Amino acid sequence: MDDFLVRASLAGIGVAIAAGPLGCFVVWRRMAYFGDTLAHSALLGVALGFLFGTAPTLGTMATGIGVAMLLVWLQQKEDWSSDTLLGLLSHTTLAGGLIAITFIQGIRIDLIAYLFGDILAVSDTDVAWTWAGAILVSGVVALLWRPLVALTVNKDMAMAEGIAGRSIELAFVVLIAVVVAISMKVVGILLITAMLIIPPATARHLARTPEQMALIAILVGCIAVALGLTGSYRWDIPAGPAIVLAAAALFAGGMASGLISNLTSKRRQPIAPAQR
Amino acid sequence: MVDTPSLIEASGLKVSRGGQVILNGINLTVDPGEIVTLIGPNGAGKSTLVRALLGLERIDSGTITRKAELVIGYQAQSVVIDATLPLTVRRFLTLTCNRPDDELSRTLNHVQLKPILDKSVHVLSGGEMQRVQLARAILRNPDLLVLDEPTQNVDISGAIELYRLIQETRDRLNCAVIMVSHDLNVVMSATTRVYCLNNHICCSGRPAEVSKHPEFLRLFGQSAADMLAIYTHNHDHGPTGEVLSTHNHTHDHPH
Repeated sequence: MDDFLVRASLAGIGVAIAAGPLGCFVVWRRMAYFGDTLAHSALLGVALGFLFGTAPTLGTMATGIGVAMLLVWLQQKEDWSSDTLLGLLSHTTLAGGLIAITFIQGIRIDLIAYLFGDILAVSDTDVAWTWAGAILVSGVVALLWRPLVALTVNKDMAMAEGIAGRSIELAFVVLIAVVVAISMKVVGILLITAMLIIPPATARHLARTPEQMALIAILVGCIAVALGLTGSYRWDIPAGPAIVLAAAALFAGGMASGLISNLTSKRRQPIAPAQR
Repeated sequence: MVDTPSLIEASGLKVSRGGQVILNGINLTVDPGEIVTLIGPNGAGKSTLVRALLGLERIDSGTITRKAELVIGYQAQSVVIDATLPLTVRRFLTLTCNRPDDELSRTLNHVQLKPILDKSVHVLSGGEMQRVQLARAILRNPDLLVLDEPTQNVDISGAIELYRLIQETRDRLNCAVIMVSHDLNVVMSATTRVYCLNNHICCSGRPAEVSKHPEFLRLFGQSAADMLAIYTHNHDHGPTGEVLSTHNHTHDHPH
């Protein structure tokens, strides 16, 4: 296997490991648009990273955390729905990022690579960043897993029974910012949320407990990376979108198998439609 | 009373949201082993008061003192679990505490549920879910059981059964209970203290006293008071029971 493919696989698997369990919470808490907003703010982070001479990954993390804090503050101050506030922040930061990047002198920035990912071009340093982020995220998620699940099921209940809700929620938001930062090179800003949403959604068809869903999501993410990279290599198609399409195909497969087992056994409960 | 400090004590509590005063001048204590019931019309601030006592609401003024290391089992008013979250009864019961399977099964049995540990919580009926929630709160071995409308989605006979279970649980665990209730007629049987709430505490005391209080009658009307009185008369073993003898017969309970 070529060197660049090894690096691409390593980076992709790192992202799949970090994004799977965390993405479960994004799905359970209906925060897909929140993930999207942090992803859109990533470009501004890249620009700021260049302006301050730090690594783009660090700039992206810092911007993501800043945007998340701003959102929390706006939610307390203003009477808008979260949806509207997210739309505001998402597109303001994206527009800001697009303009900020034109101010960077001297360095040519491959905008397309940031928007759509360039996994085949990841360097050893990128792989190291990805894995450092993945290990950090996985470690913290493992540590906070039980309280996070309890908070997700019912925040009041968890907090009344002694779980430090505020700090754990804060940590959760920071973790998403980290995942966004390490996923940027792999699938690109516009497709990051896919890695957070599609593998967990696929896993939902097979899982009976939150823990199973997280582990299956990691597995689905890894398979999607493998299939996407293979497809990209074989048919010369862009790798990031190929990974996302592979994940979507796995989701469709999971849905089909769920439908079939539903038809064969009436006992199994289909996923109920949204309640809100 | 001196050697048993209160589990929770609120004094001069005020809570407002968006310029609207929800709770004002609330003084309330919960002592070990007590069953405290909060009643009041919709919007009276019952849930807000409970949430404030648990530290879940920002309070404008007043103080809330909770006993150190107080173990709480909380049944929130409505627990809606997103369908995308796969959750078995076993996993739900162990959300905030770890217990072995045999203890889980025993507790399910205690709340009169079949051994449904592997069942998904998404397929439970309203009544089953209420019992599973009660079981979850009990499993924590709480000093204080907080139940926000535990009989929601449960019919009247189911409600009476649940109240009996709650009382039995209190006797077994020797814990205190705070309960928010909307059905006035059955809630009272085991209650040691009722707080009638309408943004402020209208009246409080033993069920028998509250049912005759003019503020209670004004809020709920005579028919509610009559139902309450009848039920209390038949089931309250307290010393004030005989005062309610609108029916001209008395039970003598050896106490």
